[in-house]
Amino acid sequence: MEEIIISTLQRTLVAATPLLLATTGEIITERSGILNLGIEGVMALGAVVAFIVTITTGQPWLGVLAAIAAGMAISIIHAFASITLQANQVVSGLALTMLGLGLSGMLGKPYVGKPLSIKMNDIVIPYLSDIPYVGKVLFIGGPFFYLAIILALASWFLLERTRLGIQIRSTGENPRATETQGVNVFLIRYLSVLIGGGFSALAGAHLSISYSKSWIEGMTAGRGWIAIALTIFALWNPSRAIWAAFLFGGIFVAQYLMQPLGISPNFLSMLPYIATLLILLLISLKDPKKLNAPAMLAEPYKRGER
Amino acid sequence: MIKITTTDRYNITPFRSLMTNVFSLAAGLFVISIIFLIAGVNPLFAISEIFSGSFGSAYGFKETLTKAIPLILIGAGLTLAFRAKFWNIGAEGQLLMGAIFSTWTGLTFGDALPSYIIVPMIFMAGFIGGAFWGIIPAILKIKYSINEVISTLMLNYICAEFLTMLIVGPWKGKARFGFPGTDNLPESAILGVIPGSRIHYATLILAIVCAIVLCVVIYKTRFGYETRVVGENPDAGKYAGIDFLKTSLIIMAISGGLAGFAGVGEIAGIHHYLGYPASVSSGYGFTAIIVAWLAKLNPLYAIVSGIFFAGILVGGDAIQISLGLPAATVEIVNGTLLFFLIMGDYFLNNKISIRLSN
Repeated sequence: MEEIIISTLQRTLVAATPLLLATTGEIITERSGILNLGIEGVMALGAVVAFIVTITTGQPWLGVLAAIAAGMAISIIHAFASITLQANQVVSGLALTMLGLGLSGMLGKPYVGKPLSIKMNDIVIPYLSDIPYVGKVLFIGGPFFYLAIILALASWFLLERTRLGIQIRSTGENPRATETQGVNVFLIRYLSVLIGGGFSALAGAHLSISYSKSWIEGMTAGRGWIAIALTIFALWNPSRAIWAAFLFGGIFVAQYLMQPLGISPNFLSMLPYIATLLILLLISLKDPKKLNAPAMLAEPYKRGER
Repeated sequence: MIKITTTDRYNITPFRSLMTNVFSLAAGLFVISIIFLIAGVNPLFAISEIFSGSFGSAYGFKETLTKAIPLILIGAGLTLAFRAKFWNIGAEGQLLMGAIFSTWTGLTFGDALPSYIIVPMIFMAGFIGGAFWGIIPAILKIKYSINEVISTLMLNYICAEFLTMLIVGPWKGKARFGFPGTDNLPESAILGVIPGSRIHYATLILAIVCAIVLCVVIYKTRFGYETRVVGENPDAGKYAGIDFLKTSLIIMAISGGLAGFAGVGEIAGIHHYLGYPASVSSGYGFTAIIVAWLAKLNPLYAIVSGIFFAGILVGGDAIQISLGLPAATVEIVNGTLLFFLIMGDYFLNNKISIRLSN
């Protein structure tokens, strides 16, 4: 029993990792006022690029870097369309998803079903990992898990405690006033979209080289879209995103736990998506005003117009 | 020094609008060519293969028209939703729900009823199924301010799993020898096709009629006017006393219902039974988003852009076989073209002048 609980919690954290990474990235992007619905595509591209580079070079961290670079590169298209050309951000994000999923399918075709023999060692934190229960769950884990937590906390610090963070947030709230303060709104938004793209690609890299150690088309399975919902659930706050991601990681794991009970596996597969809707419903019922989305989210900004 | 100035353009003529689309598509195809080149495929050959595969032969063109049917139906419905800035990304799920409802109707009543009763019934059932799945996000958006992009997408996944649950479980056909899928619809519920093709003409006619009617509704009725107000100026709409919930419900019932019609066509016209979600619809709900956008949100133009993108789907299948490219290639083509279409809007709405000055 004890082992089941520990392994369940461990798997929860592993399942939460890509959600946390992608959500953190999307929070930064949305805080600057840009909605990026292309996460699913960027994640898929990150997954395939990380996989290809890792299996070719044998260096997982090289794969991770390549994935981040690819994620940023493809996100530039969304940034250009929605920031410079003031295009509709919903449609541009959908185009990014199609493009990302398409490119990942094309690049990854020769690699479908190939197993990855690379092993990324778990990081064991000395002393803390000896604590009963908690130690094994929280202080022995894959590098991606720690990376995700550190990046989420760092992003919280960036947004709430640094000058750049203030500039990102005020760009999302009132770009005109921000511009009069001498801040380059376009630059801040480009930067935020690129950071978000890098985070999403990193989430994809986790899926392909650590979580499943293989590549198949559609392996992101809607996680990118769930991350967009988690962004709302986390009320655009990276530290809340940690708990949001854990909760959803738990739901992903619950699917496997409940399988022996004889419940239809298809019904269990629905759970994360139903939970997403329920969570959004719940925060809306509680206090819709608390939602507090960035005021200029998805509104194109036109320079020199009043 | 080069000085670039942009000014708003107020006189947008239909001709300019058309030319912008043509240039955007051309620029998109240019970029796709570069992608093909990188993938080691001769781009001129690949692109000519796409269009000759879909429009160049009688067989290809028949297939193109077959695939245009769902795209026109869904695309026309999406123009209405997008006009109200209701981002319905859930046509895929609405199509599947239409397929589920119509399959149930056909299997339950089909044996006892003649074609002229059961066929209208399955279309009605499909519309109700799609509309039902479409109004859920409308209620969630207006009543609980839940973002419709997320809710429609989640409902896609939920519906696909629900359908699979049905066909591997209670609805599994006795004649399928244990394979997932329902039994075939009775003969009376199956739609006729134009001989030598897969074009189920009843659905094609329905699609064109729907597009025309919707065009009249958008431009000539009070409801169409309200739809545009809801999208363009919701504050003015509130003062004018527009009931947002009611308007959104009708919009999504129509948009979802037309996707449901598409589901009926796929089941009763092509497959004749309910199978796996990916075989019922090969992403029509997503491709139709581009169809609606290329049509500049005019349902009438969705007929033309629906046929165009059906051509890309058929041509995409053709190059998969002849050039050995993966199925995902079509998604690259679609994504790139959509990017260029929305980027082209900038040059339609803004006048850009480049001057050399000292």
